[in-house]
Amino acid sequence: MMAELRTEEFIVNMGPHHPATHGVCRLMLTMNGEKIVKIEPVIGYLHRAIEKICENRTYAQCIPILDRFEYVTSMSCNYVFSLAAERLAEIEVPERAEYLRVIMLELNRIASHLLFYGVTAMDIGAYTPFLYGLRERELIIDLFEMTCGQRLTYNYIRVGGVSKDIPKQFVPQCRKAIKIIGEKLTDYTGLLNENPIWLERTKGIAVLPADLAIAYGVSGPVLRASGVQYDIRRNDPYCIYDRFDFEIPVRPNGDCFDRYMLRIDEIRQSIRILSQALDGLPEGEIRHKKVKDATFKPPAGEAYARIENSRGEMGIYLVSDGSKKPLRVKTRGGSYNQLQVLPQYGTDMLIADLVANFATLDVIMPEVDR
Amino acid sequence: MIGKPVLLAELHGLFQWLHEKLQATGLSQTWVDIITYATLGVIIFGVLSLIALYLIWWERKISAHVQQRFGPMRHGWHGWYQTVMDALKLLQKEDIRIVTRDKVVFFWAPVICFVAAFLAYVVMPFGDRLIVADLNIGILYIMAVTTFTIISLLMAGWGSNNKYALLGGMRSAAQVVSYEVPMVASILTIIIFVGSLSMMDIVKAQSGLIFNWYVFRIPFGPIAFLTYIVAATAECNRTPFDIPEAEQELVSGYNVEYSGMKFAMFFLAEFVNMFTVSAIAVTLFFGGWNGWDFIPSWIWFLGKTLIIVLLLMLFRWTYPRLRVDQLMEFAWKFLVPVTFANLIVAGIFKYFGWYW
Repeated sequence: MMAELRTEEFIVNMGPHHPATHGVCRLMLTMNGEKIVKIEPVIGYLHRAIEKICENRTYAQCIPILDRFEYVTSMSCNYVFSLAAERLAEIEVPERAEYLRVIMLELNRIASHLLFYGVTAMDIGAYTPFLYGLRERELIIDLFEMTCGQRLTYNYIRVGGVSKDIPKQFVPQCRKAIKIIGEKLTDYTGLLNENPIWLERTKGIAVLPADLAIAYGVSGPVLRASGVQYDIRRNDPYCIYDRFDFEIPVRPNGDCFDRYMLRIDEIRQSIRILSQALDGLPEGEIRHKKVKDATFKPPAGEAYARIENSRGEMGIYLVSDGSKKPLRVKTRGGSYNQLQVLPQYGTDMLIADLVANFATLDVIMPEVDR
Repeated sequence: MIGKPVLLAELHGLFQWLHEKLQATGLSQTWVDIITYATLGVIIFGVLSLIALYLIWWERKISAHVQQRFGPMRHGWHGWYQTVMDALKLLQKEDIRIVTRDKVVFFWAPVICFVAAFLAYVVMPFGDRLIVADLNIGILYIMAVTTFTIISLLMAGWGSNNKYALLGGMRSAAQVVSYEVPMVASILTIIIFVGSLSMMDIVKAQSGLIFNWYVFRIPFGPIAFLTYIVAATAECNRTPFDIPEAEQELVSGYNVEYSGMKFAMFFLAEFVNMFTVSAIAVTLFFGGWNGWDFIPSWIWFLGKTLIIVLLLMLFRWTYPRLRVDQLMEFAWKFLVPVTFANLIVAGIFKYFGWYW
């Protein structure tokens, strides 16, 4: 009887509209029953030609476009472009602006990781943490709204500084928010880490080996969860990160659980940086005096800036011909490499593991498709 | 085999009246019985549909409060008729029938699911005089008819001609069949002590207050209850065992192609099933309608059942989902041995008369 039964592989299109692909990612899965034989990511559904659009905009006009490059951490996009432009024009940024930038970048990193926490838990089937994660994220979004009036795409960090000074109540409210988040982190880990189902679903699942991660240019939390200590804030310091006392969390196993816990560790470190930055926030200018949005014209040349975003290395390569508009803007996002490495190690597991794996890679499609 | 309907005292008069009126028309006894039972069926159906609607509202409120939201608030006090409005909306919606479906299978799947969900209530003892038919094989009958649900899920998965739906249907079939074994074994543990399959006999064997109920009376009770409630959660396809409709993996599993009222039938059936397994748990382990006499028996039954339902709902909003192979491992490598060991030890105790 068994000899007569014939099985065949079949193709399942996961996405572009699928609850677990976080946007319009399409994964073509070749399946053998519930087991995945082959993964083919199909990208481009969210391509908006950001790089090309930027070539026809002045430097100041590029920033709101690049807000959409990675909309979960818009501050980082603002910052990395400003950093590249400042390197081109060799501008020194005022002290207060540097502190404000660090505060915003770290707040945005926490917001992004809180979203990650919620979404990952939801992908593994626990709905409630999603709401908890968003609840605390709201505290940070309120701070951003108070500062620049926007909740998602901020257009706040500009070439030569920041666009507006923070309101008076920002510092006390920020201290309160990071205190609440620090306390709630214990709840978060308590809710999931002591649940045997969660541990079974994440521990030892979808191990990304360090050498494969390095070979595919994976960076950020995913790389550090595979045991590689590499953080641009430490290895190639930018802004004023070398002034703060913080650790780079590393976890050895490279499985889903480590990738999730590493982000929780990172939130703790971000809170450390934030409290130091809030303590040391000086008075003074918030923007370089000579930089005006309408007339900013860097000399001809090229510059590359890279920062540690919540999804790995985010970089912008900027070429200028001395005019008001950049000649070329090349973006680099961590999600792209994380999506490329997925087919290499994500096969030969069940579809439920793929969902957990994909969630903990924290791929966000605008950063892949640009 | 089928006993006469035993009814709540107030309703009894009504049925006496109906019966007499029907006999006066000169119909044969068979027709009189059929009409009487049909009337009963309609009443049970109505009450249960109402319960299912309210369970949906309840689930939404509980999930909202677990997640620090309010949930439905617009329709009436705390949105009490929100689900009624939702049902009305679903009634009006277009019934989308994909071209590539298997016509017969696709149509009958929700119907079978819906009907199977209600069949168990024929023998459910709602109160001391409130049962439609006290079958002498009551619990066996329930186990038999609730299994119809698997067929309907498989049919829905196959008839939809959709890979996600098919995966969902296959998963649910594998899951329900696996969890049926520990479920029956934990029910049998109680049956051994009762010595009867009739639902009324099971309740009457536990007459009295809390320490007469099997969950506290015999040491096998708590173990059997825990294994039963785990298996029952799996039987209802609820988190942490909701892999047949795992939203993040299979979009929504077997019912992905259904819309409008057909979807509502699956949805309502799910909540009726949840009420069924809770009601069985109450009957077997928590003394059914037994309690203090000054509170009507049906309120005891309903109250206890709703507490078990609350437990199932809290599971859903706290736990992540198991993976399909882990689910099978849990059933066959843990639940089955535990329930069978429990059953065998209970049998030995009963045989030698060592029980309490």
